[in-house]
Amino acid sequence: MTEENKNIIKELRIQAEKIRRRVVEIVYSGKSGHIGGSLSSVDIETALYFHVMKIDPKNPKLEDRDRFILSKGHSVEALYSVLEAAGFIEDEVLNTYGHLNSILAGHPTKKVPGIELNSGALGHGLSVGVGMSIAAKMDKKTFHTYVLMGDGEQGEGSIYEAAMSTSHYKLDNLVAIIDRNKLQISGKTEDVMALEPMRERWEAFGWEVWDAEGNDMESLVDVFKNIDYGNGKPTLIIAHTTKGCGVSFMEKVPKWHHGLPSETQYVEAITEINERIKKLNEE
Amino acid sequence: MSTENINTIPCRKMFTDTLLELAKKDRDIVAVTTDARGSVTLDAFANELPAQFVELGIAEQNAVGVSAGLASAGKKAFVCGPACFYVARSLEQVKIDLAYSGNPVKILGVSGGVSYGALGASHHSLHDIAVLRTFPGMHIVLPCDIYQTKLLVKELIDYPYPVYIRVGRNAVPNVYENENVEFKIGKANLLLDGNDLTIIGTGETVYHCLQAGKKLREQGINARVIDMHTLKPFDKEIVVKAAKETGRIITVEEHSIFGGLGSAVAEIVSQNCPVPVRILGIPDENAITGTSMQIFKHYGIESEGIFAAAVMMCK
Repeated sequence: MTEENKNIIKELRIQAEKIRRRVVEIVYSGKSGHIGGSLSSVDIETALYFHVMKIDPKNPKLEDRDRFILSKGHSVEALYSVLEAAGFIEDEVLNTYGHLNSILAGHPTKKVPGIELNSGALGHGLSVGVGMSIAAKMDKKTFHTYVLMGDGEQGEGSIYEAAMSTSHYKLDNLVAIIDRNKLQISGKTEDVMALEPMRERWEAFGWEVWDAEGNDMESLVDVFKNIDYGNGKPTLIIAHTTKGCGVSFMEKVPKWHHGLPSETQYVEAITEINERIKKLNEE
Repeated sequence: MSTENINTIPCRKMFTDTLLELAKKDRDIVAVTTDARGSVTLDAFANELPAQFVELGIAEQNAVGVSAGLASAGKKAFVCGPACFYVARSLEQVKIDLAYSGNPVKILGVSGGVSYGALGASHHSLHDIAVLRTFPGMHIVLPCDIYQTKLLVKELIDYPYPVYIRVGRNAVPNVYENENVEFKIGKANLLLDGNDLTIIGTGETVYHCLQAGKKLREQGINARVIDMHTLKPFDKEIVVKAAKETGRIITVEEHSIFGGLGSAVAEIVSQNCPVPVRILGIPDENAITGTSMQIFKHYGIESEGIFAAAVMMCK
């Protein structure tokens, strides 16, 4: 890896850790949220917003912007924190999370600058992404659409209607990502409703499938770099992640799907993240 | 039936013909369907403007979501198919991707109500108004004839809200004489003035309301007849005025007696100017099978049934 690339990765890692810290802060202070899936998706969204997507936080409706849809809408605390870090919303706004009548609901809404779709019910985002991608093709526009789905979400049948139409219309301008943290609210995805073989299923639908280490910035950046937006096939990234990633006591524990940290747990989580940021800065 | 009322073009055909004509001059107009180009009458659109046509196969949930994405990216999306499927199978997409997200997609629900009368309750859509009325941001229009349908399509092109439009399958008699009449979404039309009672219809029942009103006039009962083409946003003013000036109201709808036109009228009347309201529609049962007209007659929502209900109410 070149020195320049090393620095890019390092900066992205630091950014992701700061966003992770913000997620813990707002879930603790707002006393609500889906912290496990937010923490597993932080690195994916950081890579997208700070490295991959063409966006302008000062002009969130920029016509040719790349689009991001959070189909796993319950992980919105990560998205809000990313939008703050990227400059779409101010910190005072993010601090209202969990307050009465805050514009920051527990699932994404378009009231928030930078959010493209009200979501929350699962299995909707990919279809809407297909529509955006078809519109781009019709108008010969070059923007890309990114849709982040959960792995538990893969139980929704509407996803496979969308998956069929994506390859039928050769939407190589669309990238779907599955946050494969292997847990859903009731336990392991493979116990609740088996999702494997995930790769083969999506390949059978005509998709180009990549695996990434979804909490490893280098792996994510590498996979995004390798996407071929001109091969006539939609891309799926299976991002292998850890639910609750970055806060040791939350990792891989189903109850942290939407658990709320106590004061002691909050301090422990923040301390752990701060130490990691310090270490990264010293590298 | 007088000869000037005869018409052989179904409203769905007038809708898609008008849409095609406008789409030829506006490349942002996109028609979306779910293996229903025949029943919607979108064949000509698909053949003449393939670049503005999106076929999604039998997948209504995806079709509504895709339409939301098209609208979000600036397209004027019309998603078209049988009413019974769009307001059931894809209801959550209508609720979230369109109404809640404010994506101004137009849903053309064809063969609505009991148009598919013989096919059974799976193909009837007698719940659509009730359900969609409760979605904030959703608008609902049931045009009554081809002239109104044509005017409606023109208004819909740049209309900034999601709209559900329900039309029937068969050609229906004209209510209006031509397209040089007033039409505005949200503003009901007064078809016949009178002060003895008010009859309010929507969609295909409007013609029958008007026929009943004319017959009542011959009997010396001056009925006011209102074409309530828009169920949401609802023209409250015309209803309150009718309640005050005529003292009794009959509503007539090709819909469940729960939650539709009658309920909307009763909600307004009971809270603003309480007067008796009689709701004619399909009772709480799976509608019998038959042709539209047979079913209308069976449940008393054609001119004779309306006439009889009006006479009874005026006694």
